[in-house]
Amino acid sequence: MFANLPLWPDRASNMAGNVDALFIFLLILCGLMCVAIFIMILVFAAKYRRRKGVEAEQIEGSTALELTWSGVPLLIFMGIFAWGAIIYFQERTPPQDSAEIYTVAKQWMWKFQHMEGQREINELHVPVGRDVKMIMTSQDVIHSFYVPAFRIKQDVLPGRYTVAWFRATKAGTYHLFCAEYCGTSHSGMIGSVVVMEPALYEQWLSGGPAAPLPQAGKQLFMSLGCSTCHRLDTQGRGPNLANLYNHPVLLEDGRTIIADDNYIGESILNPAAKLVSGFKPIMPTFQGIISEEQLNALVAYIKSLSQPTEGEAGSRNTPAASPSGQPQTMQVQ
Amino acid sequence: MAAIPLPGAEHENYLNKEYGIRSWLLTTDHKRIALLYLLSITFFFFIGGFFALLIRLELLTPAGDLVQADTYNKLFTMHGQVMVFFFLIPAVPAVLGNFLIPIMIGAKDLAFPRINLLSWYIFIIGGCFMLYTILTGGADTGWTFYTPLSTSFLDTHVVAAAVAIFIAGFSSILTGLNFIVTVHRMRAPGMTWSRLPLFVWANYATSIIQVLGTPVLAITLALVALERLFHFGIFDPQKGGDPLLFQHLFWFYSHPAVYIMILPGMGVVSEIVACFSRKRVFGYKFMALAVIAIAVFGFLVWAHHMFVAGISLYAALVFSLLSYLVAVPSAIKVFNWTATMYKGSISYTTPMLYAFGFIGLFTMGGLTGLFLAALGLDVHVTDTYFVIAHFHYIMVGGMVMAYIGGLHFWWPKISGRMYPESWGRLAALTIFIGFNLTFFPQFILGYLGMPRRYWQYSPEYQVLNVLSTAGSTILAVGYVLPMVYFLWSMRYGKVADENPWGAAGLEWMTASPPPTFNFDETPEVTWEAYNYGEAKEVPVER
Ligand SMILES: [Cu+2]
Ligand SMILES: [Cu+2]
Repeated sequence: MFANLPLWPDRASNMAGNVDALFIFLLILCGLMCVAIFIMILVFAAKYRRRKGVEAEQIEGSTALELTWSGVPLLIFMGIFAWGAIIYFQERTPPQDSAEIYTVAKQWMWKFQHMEGQREINELHVPVGRDVKMIMTSQDVIHSFYVPAFRIKQDVLPGRYTVAWFRATKAGTYHLFCAEYCGTSHSGMIGSVVVMEPALYEQWLSGGPAAPLPQAGKQLFMSLGCSTCHRLDTQGRGPNLANLYNHPVLLEDGRTIIADDNYIGESILNPAAKLVSGFKPIMPTFQGIISEEQLNALVAYIKSLSQPTEGEAGSRNTPAASPSGQPQTMQVQ
Repeated sequence: MAAIPLPGAEHENYLNKEYGIRSWLLTTDHKRIALLYLLSITFFFFIGGFFALLIRLELLTPAGDLVQADTYNKLFTMHGQVMVFFFLIPAVPAVLGNFLIPIMIGAKDLAFPRINLLSWYIFIIGGCFMLYTILTGGADTGWTFYTPLSTSFLDTHVVAAAVAIFIAGFSSILTGLNFIVTVHRMRAPGMTWSRLPLFVWANYATSIIQVLGTPVLAITLALVALERLFHFGIFDPQKGGDPLLFQHLFWFYSHPAVYIMILPGMGVVSEIVACFSRKRVFGYKFMALAVIAIAVFGFLVWAHHMFVAGISLYAALVFSLLSYLVAVPSAIKVFNWTATMYKGSISYTTPMLYAFGFIGLFTMGGLTGLFLAALGLDVHVTDTYFVIAHFHYIMVGGMVMAYIGGLHFWWPKISGRMYPESWGRLAALTIFIGFNLTFFPQFILGYLGMPRRYWQYSPEYQVLNVLSTAGSTILAVGYVLPMVYFLWSMRYGKVADENPWGAAGLEWMTASPPPTFNFDETPEVTWEAYNYGEAKEVPVER
C-alpha cells in the first residue's frame, strides 16, 4: 500500500537526519500547541455555551498573561531560529576538500561536468561518503537544484555561480527536481541522482572520456588566445593567473576581494566589472562567445593553477578519484 | 436611534432611496460602493476558483493529461493573480471595511466619498485588463513574475497582466488613504482611539501597509513591463541586470501583502468572537497593538522568501530572526481570542462557526510558518507543496473564512434580511471539511518533496493528490451554497431588526439596512468598545 503513499521521504544525505530532527521536533511542538488551543476552544465552547439566566463574566484582560504568552513563545521561537540557523550554516558551508561538479541548468535540462571529464545530462552519479560541491549556473532563467532525499535545494541563477553541497549516505537512485518555476516544461526538468558505492563509482568513472575538465579548460585557454596576455611565466598584459583562486585580489577601485568561482566567471564575461589594480580594461568580453559549459571548463582550469590551501592538501579521500589530482601536476609544467 | 421597522413596513434606507443603474454607478455612498465591490470581487472569486478546480483536476493523475503544460502554467498564474489582487486584497477592506468603518466610528461616510467611487472604477479598469489578459490567452509567469523568465523568455500577455495589477494597486492605495483619513478625522464625539472596534484598528493597520507597500509593487511591475518592451537590462543578467533585485522588490510588497490579506480578517474575527461570547475582547489594548506591530514588522521580513535564492548567509540569518519576531503578535491574537471565550456565554451561530474555523486554520497556517522561517528546514520545503498548503491555510483557511463569516455576521445589516441559519451552519461545516481535505495532504506532499507548479508529477505522489482534488470539489460546493442562500434571503429571508445578534457597536444602533447617512443624528459615544456587560437583550437561541 505504501508504494503509492509514502509518508516519509528517503533519507540519503548527511543533512537529511538533521533536517528531519528539526522537522519532527517542530511537528511535536506545534502539534501540542495546536491541540492545546483546540482543546481550550472546544472546552470553552462547551462549558460556557449560552444558557438561560447565565451571563458572561466581563474580564478586561491581564497584562501578566499577555506578557507570558508573548514572552514564552518568543523564547521558544529564538530556540527554533538558532536550530534552523545551525543547520543552514552547515548547508551553506561546503567542506574545503569537496569534490566539485560543475552544473549548467537550462530550459529544461540539467548538465553536469565532472572534474574527471565525465559529462552527464539529467543524471548525476556520485559516490557514497564523499563531500560533493555543486557549482551551478544557468544558461537562461532561474532554476532550482532540488534533491528531496538529500534535503537540499539551491536556486541556479544565470550570470553567476551558486553552490550547494551534500554527502550522500545511502546508495540508490533519487529524484532530482527543478524547484523554481522556469517555463513550459518546468515539471519535465527532472532527473535522477545515482548514488553508488565508491568501488562501483570508480568503475563508472573509468568508463568515461579521458580529458579532465581543467584540461579541456586549458585547451580553450590556448585556443581563445587567453594565454597571450595571461602568461604563467611572467607578468603579461593581463594578471598572472597562477595562485589566483581563493586568494585576495586588489582591485582598481581600492577594494580587496577573494577570487572565488563567481569572481573568475564574472571576470571572463564582464572583465571591466572588477578590474585588477594596475591593469587596463583591455580584455574583451566573452559573454555570448563561450557557452556556460566552456566557461566552467575555463574556471576549472584557472582554479587548477593554484596550490590547494593549507589543510586541504592531505585530506583527499581517495587520491585516485581526486578531482584536482590531474591539475595539480599540470601546473608544475 | 432609528425606529425599528415593522416587518414589511420599509423605512427609507440606502438600498431603496434611489433605484436604477445610474443611482448605483454614480453613487458616493460608501455602503453602495461596498456592494459594487462585493459584486465585482465575487465575480473574480469564482473565476479564480474555476482555475483552481481545473488545476486540481489536472493533478488527479500523475501524467499531464487534461490540459497542455502551457495551459496549466497559465491556470496557476491566473489563479494566483486573480485571487490575490482581485479578490483577497480588496475582500474585507473594500467590502466590509467600506460598508462598516464609517458606521462603526459614527460617521456619515468616508472622508472622500468620490475618491471611494474612483477607487472602485480604477479597480474595475484593472479588472478589465485582467479579463483581457485571460480572454486573449493569459500569462504564464506565475503570480510572482520572477525575472528573467517574465522579462525575456515568455511571449504571453505578461505586460497586460502587469498593467492590470499595476492599475488595481492604485485602487488599493486610494482605499487605504481614505480609511486612514477617515479614522483620523471622522470619528463621532466620544469615539476615542481606545474605543475603536478592533475591526477598525485592523483595517487601519492594513491601510498603512496598502499606502506604503503598494507603490513599490507598482514600480516593480512597471519595471518588468519596461524591461520587456524596451530591454532595459534591470533584471536580466544577460544585459547586466540583477534577477535577485526583482525578488527583493517584489517581496518587499508581497510579504506585507500577506498581512493586507489577513489583518482585516483578524478584525472580523474579533468582532464575531466578542459578540457570540457576549464579552469584551480579552486584552483589547494588546490586540490593537498587535495589529500595528504586525503591520510595521511585516515590512522587515521579505527576504524569508529567498533563503535558497542566492542571498548571503548573513542576510538570511537576519531575515529568519525577524520573521520569528513577527510571529509573536500573531500568537498574541490567537491566545486573546481563546481567552475571550473563557467564562463567556457562547452561541454557535454561523458567524461563530466561521470564527472557530478561522482560529483553528489560522493557527495551523501560522505554526507551519514557524517551519518555513527555520532556515535549515526551509531549504527543503520551500517551493514545494508545503508552502502552498501553508499560505492557503492563512489566506483561504484564515482570510476567506473570516470574510464569509463577516458577510454572515453583517448580512442582516447589509441586506436587512436574515440568511437561513441551518443552511449557514451546513455551508460552514462543508467549507471546513473541504478545506482541510484539500490542503492538509499538501503539507505531506511538500515534505515528501513534490515541487509546486508541477504539471506532471512522480506517481508516488498520486494518492495525496487525489485526496486533495476530492477535497476541492467539496470546498467548491461549500462556496456556492452561501451565494445561493444569500441571494434567496434578499427576497425570502426573515426581516432583520436593527440588532438581531444583540451586538455592541455603533453599526447595530442604526436601522437595518442603514439610512443613506447612517444615523439620523450623529451619535455620541460614552462607552467602551464591546460593552457587552451593560444590559443588552440577548437574542433567543434559534
Ligand atoms: Cu524549473
Ligand atoms: Cu512572506
